[in-house]
Amino acid sequence: MHIRPKQWFKTFFLTEMLRGMQLTGRYFFAPKITVQYPEEQTPQSPRFRGLHALRRYENGEERCIACKLCEAVCPAMAITIESEQRSDGTRRTTRYDIDLSKCIFCGLCEESCPVDSIVESRVLSYHGEIRGDLIYTKDMLLANGDRLEAELAADREADRAYR
Amino acid sequence: MMQDFFHTGWWAVLWSIIKIVIVVVPLLLGVAYLTLAERKVIGYMQVRLGPNRVGFRGSLQPIADALKLMFKEVIIPTNANRFLFLAAPVLAFVPALLVWAAVPFGPDVAISNMNAGLLYVLAIAGLGVYGIIVAGWASNSKYAFLGAMRAAAQLVAYEIAMGFALVGVLMLAQTLNLSKIVEAQAGGGFWSWYWLPLFPFFLVYFISGVAETNRAPFDVAEGESEIVAGFHVEYSGMAFALFFLAEYANMIFVSLLTTVLFLGGWYAPINTPLLTWIPGLVWLLLKTAFLLYVFLWIRATFPRYRYDQIMRLGWKVFIPVTIAWIVVVGIALETPMRALLR
Repeated sequence: MHIRPKQWFKTFFLTEMLRGMQLTGRYFFAPKITVQYPEEQTPQSPRFRGLHALRRYENGEERCIACKLCEAVCPAMAITIESEQRSDGTRRTTRYDIDLSKCIFCGLCEESCPVDSIVESRVLSYHGEIRGDLIYTKDMLLANGDRLEAELAADREADRAYR
Repeated sequence: MMQDFFHTGWWAVLWSIIKIVIVVVPLLLGVAYLTLAERKVIGYMQVRLGPNRVGFRGSLQPIADALKLMFKEVIIPTNANRFLFLAAPVLAFVPALLVWAAVPFGPDVAISNMNAGLLYVLAIAGLGVYGIIVAGWASNSKYAFLGAMRAAAQLVAYEIAMGFALVGVLMLAQTLNLSKIVEAQAGGGFWSWYWLPLFPFFLVYFISGVAETNRAPFDVAEGESEIVAGFHVEYSGMAFALFFLAEYANMIFVSLLTTVLFLGGWYAPINTPLLTWIPGLVWLLLKTAFLLYVFLWIRATFPRYRYDQIMRLGWKVFIPVTIAWIVVVGIALETPMRALLR
């Protein structure tokens, strides 16, 4: 094997090694970039896709009209909708389940919704302890929407120009 | 008088046990905190913080790890050789503790200040690889077996260079007694230590030490990305922890031996009253800690060697270099240059 003298010198006297160690030695004293999660969090985009929520209109009427576009578009088939005609003649859901253990958080449900009813919030820390805990029912999703409405509305407003 | 009292009858046995406890307990604590230091140092070099949740800044992390390992199940694979599988971690761990018998912590302060100390240390350190080979064989797994074969080949290659490096120290010190080797380096401070006249040996010994303890970048015996975890792939719980303890105890040992052989042991770097007033043990441990830091530093810096590169470095670089430098030292000792070496 042929090695050039200059290369040989560099290798044999460990200069390359020392330069490598100089670099890591410098980073030893560099400020650390770790984000310490529960206390600190990285910034989130208004488009963040986290826990789902069903929104209401300002008068308290639920937005969802049971068009089932989200159910149809969902690639993971995580959404189950059943609907009926209400006494005032509008069509509403009687059942709206999202199985979050199937959901891949692609955001297609949110995109397909003609009335901005199903949305994904910024909430990313939630858990289930037994099987079935992650199946979110209509009531739970509406509760999410009620709880997070201010943030959801602000996020959609911030993103409106691009939608 | 005192000496006679401690060297007769039952007292001798008891005194030995006390000395062993005094060495082994801090050693195991040192091993535990070396794992924390490793994670911290490597984390810092990778611009991370490392473990900092358990206790103040992660100070209880090793204890949490130890508890976890103790309560984990030791799984024995169906096809493994049961006896050898369980004997292997012990075979790895016992030599890692045995070598400490000869380590001098100060003038004549050692569990056993034997005259053939260096030979003993070299012999016992070489035994550690049997644990790895037996583990690889008994696991009945191809990854473990490959890891064991690599460890064996690597040990043969580097043990030779290491032995030659030690020959250089013997030529200068004219003794195999580790305490006397340190005392032979006394005098003018850090320029009278052996790292200066024996600089190639110092590097070869330390790098061989890294290879010997199977540490990165010489960790082909466990090379995660190639052979999963190598020889200890089938081990869990305390059986795995014994390999871990052995590896880290060996790291501390190699650092300490490098200090003893090349960095003047317990002598202060500059011969002034202020520095020599500090106890020798502190200097010894400081130098050892620095070399351990270098161990971690190397691990954080270099990618793993390819297997054939390890063999090339051992056989075609280290062995010729050490032989050549032995000739140089030998000639120097027989000519007026001798004064420079003493």
